[in-house]
Amino acid sequence: MSIMDHNGGSVIAMVGKDCVAIASDLRLGNQALGISSNFQRVFGITDRIYLGLPGLATDVNTLRERFRFRVNMYTIKEEREIEPEAFAHLVSSTLYEHRFGPYFIEPVIAGLSKTPTGGIRPFIAATDLIGCINFAKDFVVSGTASSKLFGVAEGLWEPDLEPEDLFETISQTLLNAVDRDAFSGWGAVVHVITKDKVITRKLKARMD
Amino acid sequence: MNTFVNQFSTHSAVSQLKRAQNLIAADEDEYSDATWGSQAGFGNMIKGTPNFTVPAVPDPAAFLRLHTDDHADPNCRIKIQHGTTTLAFRFQGGVIVAVDSRATAGSYIASGTVKKVIEINPYLLGTMAGGAADCQFWETYLGMHCRLHELRNRERISVSAASKYLSNLVYSYKGMGLSMGTMICGWDKTGPAVFYVDSDGTRLKGDLFSVGSGSTFAYGVLDQGYRWDLTDEEAQELGRRSIFAAGHRDAFSGNTCNLYHVKEDGWKFIGNYDVSTMYYDGPGDVPGAPGGGYGYAIRTEGRSAADPPASS
Repeated sequence: MSIMDHNGGSVIAMVGKDCVAIASDLRLGNQALGISSNFQRVFGITDRIYLGLPGLATDVNTLRERFRFRVNMYTIKEEREIEPEAFAHLVSSTLYEHRFGPYFIEPVIAGLSKTPTGGIRPFIAATDLIGCINFAKDFVVSGTASSKLFGVAEGLWEPDLEPEDLFETISQTLLNAVDRDAFSGWGAVVHVITKDKVITRKLKARMD
Repeated sequence: MNTFVNQFSTHSAVSQLKRAQNLIAADEDEYSDATWGSQAGFGNMIKGTPNFTVPAVPDPAAFLRLHTDDHADPNCRIKIQHGTTTLAFRFQGGVIVAVDSRATAGSYIASGTVKKVIEINPYLLGTMAGGAADCQFWETYLGMHCRLHELRNRERISVSAASKYLSNLVYSYKGMGLSMGTMICGWDKTGPAVFYVDSDGTRLKGDLFSVGSGSTFAYGVLDQGYRWDLTDEEAQELGRRSIFAAGHRDAFSGNTCNLYHVKEDGWKFIGNYDVSTMYYDGPGDVPGAPGGGYGYAIRTEGRSAADPPASS
């Protein structure tokens, strides 16, 4: 059994019209045994960037602190907030530093970046456990239910969804995918990031 | 043109060949099995144990082991259903049999609507854990022989005899890769009875068993609530609640619970209960249920400062 599947958990991010959404399940397990149904693995990095860390639970906590430290250092030195693209590369290089003894995490990044004209553009990305970035225009998935998430997302996602429709799409995608995965589920949380606010909702999920 | 003549001639080449074939086959039957057509695959089995095609290699068992799912190596291979929770217990009012309905292949949930209770006959139930095909096939086969026993002896087979028939049968295939952990439950002259039979050849008589990856969780609830003088409603609730516990905690068990009750006049299907519905709302309007969801969060939310009521 793979160390990546030891604790279970999955994350998905989707692009909408002037908004992005990121969602994750809440299960923390020890192989087949469910331990917690309230394990947070999606974290706010700035007001407009969220980071999902599916994989080994100990590394979820370690990497969260590591990224918090590095983003704080960046903010102090640059005297401005980090942009999603820069943060994606920060994640990538942090993971590649451990090329020969990696953290067992495959992060998902969702955020809104500023355009030169003063507008905003949705941004999502995912990397593998040693930092290879995948910039996608539609959706990215990661975790033990990733193969199932791909299938459902491929069927449900469409371009230019408004925040409320994007919420529905990402929620249904996550819920239906984790119901086919033994190591994901036990509750779910969704964040929809828009220009002026972040909507966070907990979903009523199957508890088996 | 000559075929009709040849068929009834005693000297033709065809009839001599036929006679020779009969000698070789030493088949005393007037009619071959094919005459009767297929009987759902069991048509040719009445005369003894069925014949299986075996791979043409020196050690068929080793060959099979190489290509089937094993605890040591969960990659590729032919997946056999593994995760399960099943339980059965004896009490004053008969036997309760409760099972989950999830089938997994690795981490993939292949089905959430599996029937893991096999209805052998109106007085006998078998449960399914391990290889789904092995359990289904051999317990159906057992049902056939239970019926033959009835016809021969003009009386129903005892649960003890039926389970021993099965255990002797699987023992004859020991080392060939059969995988089953089953409870044979029923009511006979001696009253309610439960026997545990597995593919190692183990056969145990007992009051209370649970089998499968979720069995430890089920035992936890079962042991805590079990008494001989449980009422029917209490017993059914205990079975349901135990499967819920396993379905909740064990990743490889869940989806729904199927509940059966065996009494003097045979088994009765009590109901199908969704594990998630039980978590949030309870099993519904059934006798014996306390009302409200079984879920830990449902029972504790808002009861302490550390666990404040949900805001939205």
